Amino acid sequence: MTAATGIGARALRTEDKRFLTGTGRYVDDLPLARATYAYFLRSPHAHAKIKSIDTAAAKAMPGVVEIFTGKDTADAKVGGLICGWVVKDKHGQPHKAPPHPVMALDTVRYVGDTVAMVVANSVGAARDAAEAIEVDYEVLPANVDLARAFDKGVPEVHPEAPGNLIYDWEIGVKADADAAFAKAAHVTKLDIVNNRLIPNAMEPRAAAADYDKGTGNYTLWSTSQNPHVLRLILSAFVLGIPEHKLRVIAPDVGGGFGSKIFCYNEETMVTWAASRVGRPIKWTAERSESFLTDAHGRDHVTHAELALDKDGKFLALKVDTIANMGAYLSTFSTAVPTYLYATLLAGQYTTPVIYANVRAAVTHTAPVDAYRGAGRPEATFVIESIVSKAAAEMKIDPAELRRRNFIPAEAFPYQTPVALQYDSGNYPPIIDEAIAIADYKGFEARRAEAKARGKLRGIGFSSYIEACGLGPSRVIGQLGGGVGQWESAQIKFNPTGNVQVLTGAHSHGQSHETTFAQIVSDKLGVPIETVEVVHGDTATTPFGMGSYGSRSLAVGGSAIMKAADKIIAKGKKIAAHLMEADVADVVFEQGTFKVAGTDKAVPLGATVFAAYVPHNYPLEELEPGMDENAFYDPSNFVYPSGTQICEVEIDPETGVTEIVSFTAVDDFGNIVNPMIVEGQVHGGIVQGVGQALHEAAVYDKQTGQLVSGSYMDYRMPRAEDVPSFKLANKVTPCPHNPLGVKGCGEAGAIAAPAAVMNAVRDALGPVGVQHIEMPATPMSVWQAINGGK
Amino acid sequence: MEIKGEYRIEAPREKVFAALNDQDILKACIPGCESLEKLSDTEMTAKVRLRIGPVSAAFGGKVTLSDIDPPNGYKISGEGQGGVAGFAKGGAVVRLTEDGGVTILAYDVDAQVGGKIAQVGARLITGTAKKLADQFFGKFAEKVGAPPPTPVEAA
Repeated sequence: MTAATGIGARALRTEDKRFLTGTGRYVDDLPLARATYAYFLRSPHAHAKIKSIDTAAAKAMPGVVEIFTGKDTADAKVGGLICGWVVKDKHGQPHKAPPHPVMALDTVRYVGDTVAMVVANSVGAARDAAEAIEVDYEVLPANVDLARAFDKGVPEVHPEAPGNLIYDWEIGVKADADAAFAKAAHVTKLDIVNNRLIPNAMEPRAAAADYDKGTGNYTLWSTSQNPHVLRLILSAFVLGIPEHKLRVIAPDVGGGFGSKIFCYNEETMVTWAASRVGRPIKWTAERSESFLTDAHGRDHVTHAELALDKDGKFLALKVDTIANMGAYLSTFSTAVPTYLYATLLAGQYTTPVIYANVRAAVTHTAPVDAYRGAGRPEATFVIESIVSKAAAEMKIDPAELRRRNFIPAEAFPYQTPVALQYDSGNYPPIIDEAIAIADYKGFEARRAEAKARGKLRGIGFSSYIEACGLGPSRVIGQLGGGVGQWESAQIKFNPTGNVQVLTGAHSHGQSHETTFAQIVSDKLGVPIETVEVVHGDTATTPFGMGSYGSRSLAVGGSAIMKAADKIIAKGKKIAAHLMEADVADVVFEQGTFKVAGTDKAVPLGATVFAAYVPHNYPLEELEPGMDENAFYDPSNFVYPSGTQICEVEIDPETGVTEIVSFTAVDDFGNIVNPMIVEGQVHGGIVQGVGQALHEAAVYDKQTGQLVSGSYMDYRMPRAEDVPSFKLANKVTPCPHNPLGVKGCGEAGAIAAPAAVMNAVRDALGPVGVQHIEMPATPMSVWQAINGGK
Repeated sequence: MEIKGEYRIEAPREKVFAALNDQDILKACIPGCESLEKLSDTEMTAKVRLRIGPVSAAFGGKVTLSDIDPPNGYKISGEGQGGVAGFAKGGAVVRLTEDGGVTILAYDVDAQVGGKIAQVGARLITGTAKKLADQFFGKFAEKVGAPPPTPVEAA
């Protein structure tokens, strides 16, 4: 369409009008007549037997409608929550799958585990009644320390997972790696912790459910990133409500970062209980509940070794990781530290041999699952930390060491030793541009100048690769995934010429309403104002897989392109009829069908009108209407890549780290809206900075209490913590999707922790600091400088 | 978390020890104590209202006296459920020594909290527990000894 709104334009976001004027509609905003309100009583213990639950006094309190406990759900045969990805261990056995009841039956397994659900006429009445429920716990010792989760004598979380082991999984051949290490001129070793994070979406999780007694239909409004998948799980595995009798609506959702992919017990309970109490039930998490019960992210303990030859060529990489699953296996938890982590360990490099061993542990902590980047930030942190460490040890410039090992541009498609085949990329120009933007040459002078001011200055590189755009369904199936990973689209013209684009993806901050409209506007030549993007309602949108893993544009956008092709193909036939021309001679340009070589032309809108008012229409050959569906299953993942360079200045007196410069050069393939992409990169980098310098979910190792359970103790990154970012793009279009696009939603968060920490280590190296973990808070930096005092 | 403290009480040791076993005095001295009912000579049930940082809760639970060694001291422990606020439990080992007709009361408190109190108030707990211990033993010393006591040193 026009340059201002087509593909490549910095079109302003359609959705901002409502988001910025406070007129968005979120689950909690929903007015429901006769609504009741749910409050969930949580376990204050990390591990305890429930000896008894007495709800009698609570039930008698004013405004209480009903109280449910685990026994009620068990008696009603409510199914447990599922883990949808089967990971087979190194012996080919499926992972251990302990039951995950929707409410605790006889044992609580983390602080926040659900013990009872109170339904009352107001939130206050429900909370007051919860206060009056008497639970007699027999407190048991807890298993909280991940590094020791498999040790003898550590309390077991589930009898179904002896020794707290969910799986012992590997990729690559250990003997091959050992053989390569035997030839190494240098071996770099690294022990590293990937700190546990709490997602902290701006909108807490919420659910509201209504049951229509007359039809037997349920409606669930949920803060879901994937309403169709949520409905599928609830229908097929948990509640047994047939899919056609359950409608799931995810309206405006205020951020998810992965934490709203999963099927949680609260939305399950609200739906189940709505039919029992005969009134709608609403629930919105308090912030404290979000801290305790949203699926957390990351949480790895890793030992890695990199073998290099005398010139710094990587010969082999060995990685040994313990990954925390928390107390129960969340929806996609098992896949995150395996197929989304170890398969990424080649990074941007030609490392010929890679062996990774991943052991997943259950602990008495909240469930852990995908969080922005999901596995790929953990992989990038390991690779980019060990590469920079190797560079320092071998006294090779870190950019040069990376360059010596980059997969060359002519090697694509490139088969890595860890299953993935990278489709496209060109890494050297990216790092070159990043170096130029960051003025890497001038760094030593800046370091000297900072030193004169008493400051420690450091610079850090992070060259990341990610596999996203989930994903080719056949591959997902081979790897144990329980669902397909295609996406759907429907383009539905109205008789008057405006158009609705229905997508199975879901927008909770990604700007689909703008980006998808730009694609349709550009491809079909209709003004962007006449395009409405509809998502998030299983009753109105085609079945789709939702949004996560930077998949919406690469997969959902491609489905929209396919549907648009079908619209054009049909329009051509109608136009040929109207112009009395041969279809083969009709071309479509900028919204108009033309007969090549003549001045005959019919706008798309006229073919749409003819299709709905088919008075002059080839009804014998063509159905009326202009409404096309498409499903798109990608042939491969997409592989965005890039290099970030972070420069920090540390005040040794206070331990405060200031990020003084941050450069990110990315290859996202073709870009539909550069402004939106920049926004995604900004947000991702800030989340990565948060992990590197500020955020940590901390459980007391003895008691399992979450001691970083509020914003007093869990520090989110703020605007003042980051400089204005210096961004640039290089483009190698994705060769296998019609838009040539890759994903951009997670890249910033994937690369930034290593960039920041490499800079911190570079700054602290000269004062003798050998090692520092994330988050590099002022206290830990100061302690590192002062020898652990 | 552990908190220690010491008070000088202007009263003989036997009198101080008797007071430590007097449930009316305990009730008057336990901060926020709404009720204290005797189950036996060593067991009581209590209702206590406490505020830790932003969390205020009524705790219902048991108070137990153990390791009773008249007149040298004992251990007083409590465990309470605060409903949705979580739980608190803890104990104080109390030692009494004579110092020329005056009693030195030394206490050694350890406390543990869980649930919402731990979640939002973790870093406030040491301060709060210290304050509560001071309130308890301060008031106790005031009631038992005369004239008003002076804290010797608070660690």
